[in-house]
Amino acid sequence: MSELAGRGRLVIVVTILVAYVLVILPLPAWAQLARPEWVALVIIYWCMAVPQRVGVGVAWLAGLGQDALQAGLLGQQALAFALLAFVVLKLHQRVRVYPLGQQALIVLALLSLVTLVQIWTNGLIDRPMSIHSYWLPPLAGMLLWPWLVVLLRAVRRYYGVR
Amino acid sequence: MTLDHRDRLTEPVREAVHTAVSPVHFTVNLPFEISDYLSETLATRRALQQENSRLRDQQLLNAARLQRLDELERENIRLQGLLDSSYEVEESVVIAELMRLDLNPHRHVIQLDKGSRDGAFAGQPVLDAHGVVGQVDTVGRGTSVVRLLTDPSHGIAVQVTRNGLRTVAMGSGNLRKLELPHLPNNADIEVGDRLVTSGLDDRFPRGYPVAEVTEVRREPGLPFARVIARPYAELDRSREMLLVRTTREQAEDPELPAPQLPAEQPPEDTVPPAEGLLPGMTPQDRGTPDTSEQPDAGRAPPAGGATEGQP
Repeated sequence: MSELAGRGRLVIVVTILVAYVLVILPLPAWAQLARPEWVALVIIYWCMAVPQRVGVGVAWLAGLGQDALQAGLLGQQALAFALLAFVVLKLHQRVRVYPLGQQALIVLALLSLVTLVQIWTNGLIDRPMSIHSYWLPPLAGMLLWPWLVVLLRAVRRYYGVR
Repeated sequence: MTLDHRDRLTEPVREAVHTAVSPVHFTVNLPFEISDYLSETLATRRALQQENSRLRDQQLLNAARLQRLDELERENIRLQGLLDSSYEVEESVVIAELMRLDLNPHRHVIQLDKGSRDGAFAGQPVLDAHGVVGQVDTVGRGTSVVRLLTDPSHGIAVQVTRNGLRTVAMGSGNLRKLELPHLPNNADIEVGDRLVTSGLDDRFPRGYPVAEVTEVRREPGLPFARVIARPYAELDRSREMLLVRTTREQAEDPELPAPQLPAEQPPEDTVPPAEGLLPGMTPQDRGTPDTSEQPDAGRAPPAGGATEGQP
């Protein structure tokens, strides 16, 4: 059993690492604006699928990692992701049974929440955000959500993460 | 946590975490490294020969120029020695290569493949072939993050080469623009003026080209002129950067009596406005202590006789 738990942990960590790679992968300029918050998406998924394993703490650590990765203010993403995980944990029992399309809408709201926290903290440290494109990443995340769920679900079932 | 980062308290934590995630950085950079390597190894003999001869010509040209420069520098050091001012003699550089990553979209930062292992440190000036690029923000073991000149929270102490007017150039968030917000309407500055580092911020060595003034607008109703400059460095194109380490030949001595006239910077007409402005502008750049240019108190070279003959 503990071996299984260890493997599950490994799978979760690996998915987050892959998300990290996607976050800093160079993209052409037009796509940069719409780069979805991959790590946030992965966290939403794991929080919904295995809420007993991935919670606020993991999300916070993942956020901290992303801050370091992006050379941002340490703790900024961590705060946003911890909040995100908290909300997802509150919602997961309901959202889990929704059809994918409806889930995607919820995800849009959740990602917008993350963006909101980012804008807010950016504002606190006097770093205004380019305001015209802030809504693109959540939308991109919403469109990607169904595919991501199918993929991650396959991964989860294959490795038996519980 | 977030507030903590106003100051530099958590620097070690930052470094540690940065080092911890650097494998991810390397992973992302790897395909580009490979493609570079391949394109280099697979280049044709002919192309290599051409490039070689071109570089040799260039080298010859540079060597010729360097001879003159050496002479000038020696003379400069001698003169500075007469004036008894501090002068950065030796600047050793480390060549670093840009890692192709998209970092934070809201900041102007880039990542280089040299870190504390190679002697990089936070606050270290970074140059490219054309001018100042920025300064090191965070160092990890093998990588470092560089904040560009144009990051909105970055400021650099500059000087107009034409008349020695000193001011601060702030980042604007646009890669092609620097703002000089602290110049009064009657300041002597024109389009086409060259701005070089003045060295007064204790970060950047003196005399490196920073930017060229591209726009000066004086509105009678406003106290400050609107001055825009374009950085010389190719911030979004250069791939090789230089990390500069300066060794000050003669450290400032705070115990020496307050300066009379700065010996190396005599123009009286430009100093007073600058002094009046500087205290007022420091609150703007809270996050970056590097930008706060000190009013002249401790800065000016120690007055008095030649305590040191030959630098």
